[in-house]
Amino acid sequence: MHDFEIARSGGHEVRAAWFMRGARAAFSIPGLILASAFVGFAGLARDAGLTVAQTVFMTGVVWALPGKVVLVGAILAGNGLPAAAFAVALSSVRLAPMVVALTPEMRTAKTPTWVLYVLSHFVAVTSWVLAMDRFRHVPRPMRTSFYAGLGSTLVLGNMVVVAVVFLIAGRLPPAVSAALFFLTPMYFLTSLWGSARERAGQVAMILGLAVGPVFHLLTPDFDLVAAGLVAGLAAFGIHLVGKRRHQA
Amino acid sequence: MTFTAIDAWWWPYVFILVAGWLATDFWRFLGVYLGGRISEESELIVLVRCIATALVAAVIANLVIFPSGALAGTPLLLRIGAGVVGFLAYLAAGKRVIVGILVGEATLGIGLLAFP
Repeated sequence: MHDFEIARSGGHEVRAAWFMRGARAAFSIPGLILASAFVGFAGLARDAGLTVAQTVFMTGVVWALPGKVVLVGAILAGNGLPAAAFAVALSSVRLAPMVVALTPEMRTAKTPTWVLYVLSHFVAVTSWVLAMDRFRHVPRPMRTSFYAGLGSTLVLGNMVVVAVVFLIAGRLPPAVSAALFFLTPMYFLTSLWGSARERAGQVAMILGLAVGPVFHLLTPDFDLVAAGLVAGLAAFGIHLVGKRRHQA
Repeated sequence: MTFTAIDAWWWPYVFILVAGWLATDFWRFLGVYLGGRISEESELIVLVRCIATALVAAVIANLVIFPSGALAGTPLLLRIGAGVVGFLAYLAAGKRVIVGILVGEATLGIGLLAFP
């Protein structure tokens, strides 16, 4: 309990030490997998015609990978601003309940609200999973510092990854480029399945995979939103029917 | 009002800010604001997760079926096959993402070597 005693005494050195521990937590298997997904994303964005500055900027301000992949998908499809924003917003709703779950773990009576708003920007699947896992070993008053270190390291580190991939991607042989572009779908095929909280999420994923290309051909301007709504509502309907049958 | 609609250096950044930053941080800030007021288990959250998951899955399917760039030069069946094999390896390995990615990529690579 030595750490807890030090933590209570406060002090900037202690906060800095917990910030560094958070930063170090970014260098882990989940952090490595995330970096490989950003390698794939950089290839995707470069191919969609975005510049390195635009892609690094997007990485910093959006951060969550699904939102960014949807945004690049909307840009590729030539969607207008409202349709693109709507699709990204729909794909990012899940961030709200994630923040709702994480915030109480970091908050103390003394935590300023603005700190929580700033830290919420770092919330995406990987940092959220890492934080929920490691917080047990972090004294409560130091969790904001720990998460600031973890989140900022992941965001800045992957902005660097994106910039580096952009600079070298043009010189790669086609087979390596193809493998690079395949990283993003492979990452989401697996991580999306694993992060589903209930069977309904997995049903939604299978239906989304099936109807996505169909809507891409039927309604190219509005394909993502249409596929998300149709497949998502259908999965939810199956979930409700299953629940009722379970109770009966 | 597409990404390339206005020929000015700042327009793509405005597009990214509105369609990207605003559309994601809105939910994060709402999450802080709501605090502990919504339950992770409520049916509304289940519905929200279903729609979000399906939408991302649709993007993934489109990236595999209608790719651009270097991936567009590969056979469609090989891309689908590599995705399925990688996913099955991920399940067989006890849901380890790294295994799924490596096996999927290896399948794609072997396929490209076999059918150049």
